Amino acid sequence: MLFLVDFSVIKPEPGLLFWTTVIFLIFWYIMSRFAFKPIGEALKRREQDIQEALDEAKKAREEMTHLEAKNEQLLAEAREERAQMLKEAKDAKEQIISEAKERANAEYKRKVESALHDIENHKNAAMVELKNKSGQLAIEIAEKILRKELSNKAEQEAYAKSLADSIQLN
Amino acid sequence: MTFARKYWIVLIISGLATFAFAQAGHENHNHPPTEQHADPAGHPQTTETTGENAEAGHPEGAHSPCGHSVSEESEFNAGENAVHHIADANTIHLWGDAYVPLPCILYAPEHGWKFSTTSTFHAHHHGSGEVAQDGYVLVHGNIMRIQNPAYAKGEVKVDDYTHKDTTIDGKNKTLYFAVINGSCNLLDGKTTYDGGIMGGGITSFYDFSITRNVFTMLLTVLILFLVFRSVARSATKTHGHAPKGLQNFIEPFYTFIRDEVAKPNIGPKYEKYMPYLLSAFFFILGLNLIGQVPFFPGGANVTGNISITIVLALLTFIISTFSAKKHFWEHTLWMPGVPAVLKIFILTPIEILGIFLKPFTLLLRLFANITAGHIVILSFVSLIFIFGDAGKSTAGSITGIIASVPLSLFMMTLELLVAFLQAFIFTMLSATYIGTAIEEPHHH
Repeated sequence: MLFLVDFSVIKPEPGLLFWTTVIFLIFWYIMSRFAFKPIGEALKRREQDIQEALDEAKKAREEMTHLEAKNEQLLAEAREERAQMLKEAKDAKEQIISEAKERANAEYKRKVESALHDIENHKNAAMVELKNKSGQLAIEIAEKILRKELSNKAEQEAYAKSLADSIQLN
Repeated sequence: MTFARKYWIVLIISGLATFAFAQAGHENHNHPPTEQHADPAGHPQTTETTGENAEAGHPEGAHSPCGHSVSEESEFNAGENAVHHIADANTIHLWGDAYVPLPCILYAPEHGWKFSTTSTFHAHHHGSGEVAQDGYVLVHGNIMRIQNPAYAKGEVKVDDYTHKDTTIDGKNKTLYFAVINGSCNLLDGKTTYDGGIMGGGITSFYDFSITRNVFTMLLTVLILFLVFRSVARSATKTHGHAPKGLQNFIEPFYTFIRDEVAKPNIGPKYEKYMPYLLSAFFFILGLNLIGQVPFFPGGANVTGNISITIVLALLTFIISTFSAKKHFWEHTLWMPGVPAVLKIFILTPIEILGIFLKPFTLLLRLFANITAGHIVILSFVSLIFIFGDAGKSTAGSITGIIASVPLSLFMMTLELLVAFLQAFIFTMLSATYIGTAIEEPHHH
């Protein structure tokens, strides 16, 4: 027969009440002091560490992106500068070439002009000399003709004719 | 896991446990308890009188004038067996006639303190002692006291212990006797504080012994302390390194209690209550789990004993009540925005009742769940003995084993869940009670 009198677990007992209180209070004190407090602190610190590490990584990543952008910008600037420099060089080359051409042209013109001038001068001088010579010759011829005529008429004429032949104006 | 899902699991398991508990308790209804021996030393009942009274009720089965011998091989009774195994005891039964003796600290108001161990009773078969020491005897592993003051001092040989079902003032009661020199001497159980409602009451002595439950509590606390000390050491030492070993097992519990129980229920001041919540959680969990181990040093039904749950619930009650803020008392005693008549006659009485009902449900829930689980497991194990006709039929025993093992296994698995669940629920509800008490007023 099952009697309620045997069902002792439902009856509060002074001994168990006393020991449970004592044991639990000691457990509570010791555990909070020597276990829960250090564990809690360690957990909190670890959480902080992890958070800090994450923040730092994020910051580093941001910095990296920032640096990359800066690099990109620098590179673009350099590229632009190079292009600019090339353009300038090209321009300068063209300018130099054109200047040189111009100068060469001018020199050429000047040379040609001076040459023409020289030629003109020489021609004029030659013409003057020719005029002088031909005049002189004409005088000489006239002198000779005159002398021949004076001796022999026939011969004079022949001579004059040969003289005239020998004078060839080239 | 969502709250709704958590709630359903709790509901299903509570339902199962309540059902089992109700089944276990139902059998007791036709035995209304009684308080007896309010002043036992003043009126020592003579054994003859009681014996004759009882004789009239049970004339046929008495082997001796004072009932059946407790060591007599009677028919196997699963209920009795279960109730005996979940009860506290002054010895730890190992196997057969082997017992671990435990210290005895006994106090009889008229005879003072007595310190000894249960080994002095020379316990033999069924955990009953061969001798009485200063009026105390050991019956079925439990210390009782001879009412007759003639045996209050010295060592006396006890021939046998008997029990008899009798009726006192129209109420059924089991009386225990020590047979000494052929005469029956009525025995007193230890004092209990149930006010006679459960069949106990104040008797001639108090038992402050290190019982099986106290021993288990000490052992559990020691194990928990060692585990946590090592975790705390490695947690402090491995700063800057990844946690390892036991740390990885214990820390999730810690963070669970912190993030899922304390923070959401208590609010920003949660840190102050963390040590209590953690202590309660691990104390209950440790005892629940060690109580599941079916052999020494486990097997004690500690959290299924109402004395233990009373202490824990009382502490939650004290903490929540003493940290309660003005806001809480205002809303409990004089709810603003409700007509005064309603407050005086309905709301305030209900709220005051609620203050005391909260810890009461707390202590009853844990007690009932664990006790019910133990009773169900023990009942399933008892199937072996019932089918086997208490060891007389081998074929029956085998049938019993085939039926019992899967059922017990299922129940033990469920109890493993319940062990965690009840520790969690106790902590969770404690946190809600504290949270409600210290809640700051909301500005609507």
